[in-house]
Amino acid sequence: MSAPSEKMVAAPVLRSKPLLLRHLPYFAGAAVVVALAAGMQFDGYILNILMQATTFSIAVFGLSVVLGLCGQINLAQAAFFGFGAYAVGIGTADLHQSFWLCLLGGVLVAFVAGAFLGMSTLRLGGHYLAMVTISFQQIVTLVMINAIWLSHGPDGVSHIGRPELFQSSQAYLAFCVAMLAIVGYVVWHLPDTRLGRAMRAVRDNELAAGVNGIDVFRTKVYAFAICAALGGLAGGLFAGGFAYVSPDQFSFAESIVFLTMSLLGGVASPVGSVIGTGLLILIPEWLRFLKSVPGLYLAIYGLFVILIVRFMPDGIWGFVAAAFERWRAQTRAPPAVKALQLKPATVGGDTVLEVTGLSKYFGGLKAVDGVDIAVKRGGVHALIGPNGSGKTTTLNVLSGLYKATAGRIVLDGTDITNMPPHQRTAAGLGRTFQNIRLFRSMTALENVEIGAERPGNTMIGKGIGGDAALTERAMEALTFVGLGSRANELISSFSYGHQRLIEIARALASNPTLLLLDEPAAGLNSTEKLELHELLKRIAAQGLTILIIDHDMTLVSEAAQHITVLNFGRRIADGESMAVLRHPDVVSAYLGSE
Amino acid sequence: MDLFLQLLFTGIGIGAVYALVALGFVLIFRATNVVNFAQGEFSMVAAYLMVVFSVDLGWPYWLSFLIALAGMAVLGIIFNLGVYYPLRHRTFLPVIIATIGASILLANSVLAIYGPQPQVLQGWFETPGIQLGPVYLDSQYLLIIAVTVALVIFNYWFFEHTLLGKKLQATSQDKEMASLLGISVSSMIMITFIYSAMLGGLAGILVAPVLFVSIQMGSTIALKAFAATIIGGFGDVAGAIIGGLALGVIETFGAAYISVPYKDGFAFLVLIAFLIFRPQGIFGERVAEKA
Repeated sequence: MSAPSEKMVAAPVLRSKPLLLRHLPYFAGAAVVVALAAGMQFDGYILNILMQATTFSIAVFGLSVVLGLCGQINLAQAAFFGFGAYAVGIGTADLHQSFWLCLLGGVLVAFVAGAFLGMSTLRLGGHYLAMVTISFQQIVTLVMINAIWLSHGPDGVSHIGRPELFQSSQAYLAFCVAMLAIVGYVVWHLPDTRLGRAMRAVRDNELAAGVNGIDVFRTKVYAFAICAALGGLAGGLFAGGFAYVSPDQFSFAESIVFLTMSLLGGVASPVGSVIGTGLLILIPEWLRFLKSVPGLYLAIYGLFVILIVRFMPDGIWGFVAAAFERWRAQTRAPPAVKALQLKPATVGGDTVLEVTGLSKYFGGLKAVDGVDIAVKRGGVHALIGPNGSGKTTTLNVLSGLYKATAGRIVLDGTDITNMPPHQRTAAGLGRTFQNIRLFRSMTALENVEIGAERPGNTMIGKGIGGDAALTERAMEALTFVGLGSRANELISSFSYGHQRLIEIARALASNPTLLLLDEPAAGLNSTEKLELHELLKRIAAQGLTILIIDHDMTLVSEAAQHITVLNFGRRIADGESMAVLRHPDVVSAYLGSE
Repeated sequence: MDLFLQLLFTGIGIGAVYALVALGFVLIFRATNVVNFAQGEFSMVAAYLMVVFSVDLGWPYWLSFLIALAGMAVLGIIFNLGVYYPLRHRTFLPVIIATIGASILLANSVLAIYGPQPQVLQGWFETPGIQLGPVYLDSQYLLIIAVTVALVIFNYWFFEHTLLGKKLQATSQDKEMASLLGISVSSMIMITFIYSAMLGGLAGILVAPVLFVSIQMGSTIALKAFAATIIGGFGDVAGAIIGGLALGVIETFGAAYISVPYKDGFAFLVLIAFLIFRPQGIFGERVAEKA
């Protein structure tokens, strides 16, 4: 659990001034706002609105982490908000404990509940998560209403305390604004940390994230638990601010209100959270008459949700930020970079990959049946075979996307047969996909950085300054494939052939022991194929071992020294390239026998 | 033992309603790969339509029933055109959020129009029920069970033995191929939405005399129906029905023997237990994403 907190202070990319100096304006601005909150004389009504907006914003920050960054839905944020609120409420009013202790307790309870809920359902993905969080929300509401001994039931908890230091409403508001500024800072910089990048990778493409060394499940659980903890913190602050809490403040309807706030402002950024929250607290205040008809007000919220999703998917801030980002990407110059160094591990024996008796059955279909492959260190090994011969299935079993039915896979002395994809990547496996899987909402550089971040990559530094080394490594890999000058462009602006090169760069940046290339020439035109061929030669020249699958016989026969041929899931030939290609079984498999 | 049988009967009756709504979920999911979070509101709206025509206007029950079903068909069309269709090329997350928005919109529009007071709807039959040995069979529950059985049979016949049903199946399995074979994918999806809106509406009309007609009835039924689909195996028609019946029985026994206030919580606890220990449900098989 310590991994994310260590990394939260890491610096964003491609800037050189020290962190503290660069962010000084933010803290100065925040200090001014806190001073204003403490100094200006508000009447009680305005004070209440500001208090609500501040605490709600923190809860909505949580949604920007889980939904915006990680792409997972949470429809129980009001329940987590309620945990914090009741912890502070019951703790200070009934048990007479210190406010700080209660606040901390509330955050912890929410964090643990979020982690537990996440662990039970996050493997299953979207629909389940949506329903389970709604269910959880309903259970929490039921308990709040019915567990009268604990929660006082529908009457709610009153006379909730505040810390000694912030007894007056004005001082307490200033304290909440300061908390908002601190949490906002962390959430704002989360996307540029290792954990944040992992979350974005998971959101964009779970499969590719997994084979690039990211533990998808753990990343999601972290995102979910962080979101819940922020909900708990916000709730605790809310309880102190209003001195009274009751179950209807934490119902499913409130979860929807949080969601609407997040969507309206822009789900990807804390700035959007504050905009959305502010607007949705102020607008109903201006349109108070709507509240006179029960339901009308929430009906309009529902309509808003549909319209925002349809017409403004990135929210208000997302729209503004995208325009700004386009302008900035054009003006930023790429720095000079060194040549890419590939230093594959050389500890093991002569054989990098040893596959014995590998089988994969889909029900009765034997897609791969007892295949042996031995890939020698430093060579280019090709796996070929007609369509449906089991090549891609083999590759998917090797990289861990499918579980082997039988057999053993040893990578550089480590048995990886039963490892999940991200652990295989950590053990030194890099791969590309036949149908390109890049993280589409990220730039080329960010994609390659995810690869460079592979646990066990010895080519990047550790600890402080690790991020700069990461960026440098990623730039080197991009330059190696010839795309260094376009590092800051979004994936969607690259041609198909270039996207393939970025995928290769992503695998190279991780400095793998073995590179798996799944039909790298598929869909490329003849010029691009030549470029690819050159690139493979340059990679091989650095001593990196490659296992390549392709249909292109020219590419395979020229690049590979060793070829294994599959047909109907079985190995029909194996050996030195030219000999294998002349083998009668291979000829008949490709051309048909007479 | 008498109580046991009585509870079993009630549980199956309530479970049949969950099964009907679950069936609506599964049909839409299979056709569009989207879970429609407003499915429960279809039941709620249909029940209110019954109240408007049969109670407030005093029209005959059968006529009100036909009008309500027709209203659901129209709602299905509007829902498809307004919520699903514009987002059909986006990932599932925006679509889920939009259907949740639609659910909030529908529930609260009815609240704004009709107010928070729960309404009472009479059952279909004059006779309240019959005594069979130790068990009292409520006529409305009997009707619910009978209609569910009939619909399951109809559903099977429709999807397996009619051309339209086969076209719908083809669409749900491979949209691109279906369209290349000359099937109009968008009209197949439209038919699916109409059909499941009517199924949901039917469930709402059937259950309304047993529960009160209220704003919350939709979301309560929908959550349980969804739990039923997971328990049965997600996306599986038989699973949805078995899951629905199982859930109704579990819930009725839980309320009788454990706690009444937490009655609605049992379904969710069972759901979470299933997700942890057997996420593929009773019948389902998890399919991995192809690389």
